[in-house]
Amino acid sequence: MTMIAESLAGLVFIPLGMPLLVLLLPGRARGYLCFAAVLALPLCLLPLTQEVWSGNEITLALAEFHPPLGIVWYLDGLALIMLWLTAIVAVPVSLHALTSFPPNEESGRGFWPLWMMLLAGINALFLSADLFNLYVTLEMITLAGVAMIGIGGKALALKAAMRYLLLGLLASVLYLLAVGLIYGQTGALDIYLVGERLETGHLASTALVLMMTGLLVKSAIFPMHVWLPAAHGNAPGPVSAILSGLVVKVSLYMLIRIWFWIAGDWELPAAATALGLLGAGAILYGSVAALVQPRLKMVIAYSTVAQLGYVMILFPLASVGAFRAASYQLLAHGLAKAAMFLAAANILKSLGTDRLNALTDLDRKMPVDLFAFTLAAVSIMGLPPSGGFLAKWLLLEAAWKQDAWGWLVLVSVGSLLSAAYLFRVIALTCFHPGRRHGPTRWQPPPSSATNAALILALLAIAAGFTSAPVLDLIDASLPPGGIWP
Amino acid sequence: MTEVVFVLAASLVFGIGVWGLLIAEHLLRKLLALNVMSSSVFVIMLVAAGGNASPDPVAQALILTGIVIAVAATAFALALMISIYRETGRASITDEDDDDR
Repeated sequence: MTMIAESLAGLVFIPLGMPLLVLLLPGRARGYLCFAAVLALPLCLLPLTQEVWSGNEITLALAEFHPPLGIVWYLDGLALIMLWLTAIVAVPVSLHALTSFPPNEESGRGFWPLWMMLLAGINALFLSADLFNLYVTLEMITLAGVAMIGIGGKALALKAAMRYLLLGLLASVLYLLAVGLIYGQTGALDIYLVGERLETGHLASTALVLMMTGLLVKSAIFPMHVWLPAAHGNAPGPVSAILSGLVVKVSLYMLIRIWFWIAGDWELPAAATALGLLGAGAILYGSVAALVQPRLKMVIAYSTVAQLGYVMILFPLASVGAFRAASYQLLAHGLAKAAMFLAAANILKSLGTDRLNALTDLDRKMPVDLFAFTLAAVSIMGLPPSGGFLAKWLLLEAAWKQDAWGWLVLVSVGSLLSAAYLFRVIALTCFHPGRRHGPTRWQPPPSSATNAALILALLAIAAGFTSAPVLDLIDASLPPGGIWP
Repeated sequence: MTEVVFVLAASLVFGIGVWGLLIAEHLLRKLLALNVMSSSVFVIMLVAAGGNASPDPVAQALILTGIVIAVAATAFALALMISIYRETGRASITDEDDDDR
């Protein structure tokens, strides 16, 4: 049992200590030390996985103070999956960052401490089951994420960062207001206690609406997605991968937690349908916008808007099948999108541009990066065998079982649209009639950067074969009430 | 009775904050508006947890943490605003040249 507490602490405090430690060290050692810290995260997860796997949920009352006064860390299957996603994405991204943010240069000095702070925030958030603790960790994540967008110091990125920050702070204020209202009524902040004590009524509904609105803004769900494409599309290389792969997942995870763990047994079919319709809007608008973007990174950023929409279909369906599908979509999209953004970062850095019409003979110049991009695209489109296929298949199955034809059609149309905007990129790079006329001056990316993208892309495909253990974990952590079999 | 006054005042202040955030063009004004909004939220939290009648230490700890976070976020946002001003010569983000380049 002692190992468990230490592993939990390690997940948060190893990355949290790094920014301070790094300040004491000379430039070159910083990156490698932080990389070692990232490699320690999967090791911390191993004893926890063993414990959760044997059917126990892990609870740790910090400093032995129990709720309602104290703060408790919970770890169940869903949180464990998200922690694994974070650790698995963090390793290749850090490998990429060792070359794209050299630790002894100006950009590296900014990147590594912020990246460690972000990781500490993400890990702490997945362990928290306390509404206020979730708020604090979400703020940590937002501030670190915004700062990372601005590392390059380019005007476009800075403006996008500012827009993200303003909306993020507005969302936080709404969330905090809801926390205050809920605390006033229940005298508790622990999610499980609040779920028991909070009674339906005007106050509770107001709090729920405020909280959901804040989190929808942070997860960039249509029509609150306005900040995302510019922020993710203009952020420097690996930062886009981190933001699209991990950061937006965090607030979606909170959305699911709060809806099903606190309001799970309230009868809210209209609100659930509304959330699903927002998801539908995200899928359709994001896909169509991705179709017309002139720059590769903007295509990928709008694709994120669309792919997040699939998770929202969980709310109207609210079945075990949909719950599995949404969790798997979070996992599969995180891997595939991080791979895509890393490949796009290599392309942008090598050619000096990511305008699609400059990519016409990419298959000759950077075959491995293009291969990584295409593998990730297979998962995003939902072609078998890949993680994305499994997630969409589970979603179709869940909709089929409930005779929810509208959602069924939506998922199918969304997949077709994602195939359209991704094949547009692939066709331009491999089959364009005017090809062999791309920029003549280019530099191959460092091989470790290419490998990082390739590793993530292969993992995105491999996620199609690991369904059994993941789905078992999800089934072991279904919400306490309000989900149909 | 005092609670009603507090809630009304806080709602008014919150509304002023939202209005400022939407209307203002200069980033400094937007940030001030956000700070005004968070102040009103702190007042509401204080009242919701019992107000003057029975002070609640947990609520006050939450508000204190909230203030610290608001200060940190504001400091960071100001730094970001200054970099934007240095890059573009303007401290606003309402613009035309967004998407592509």
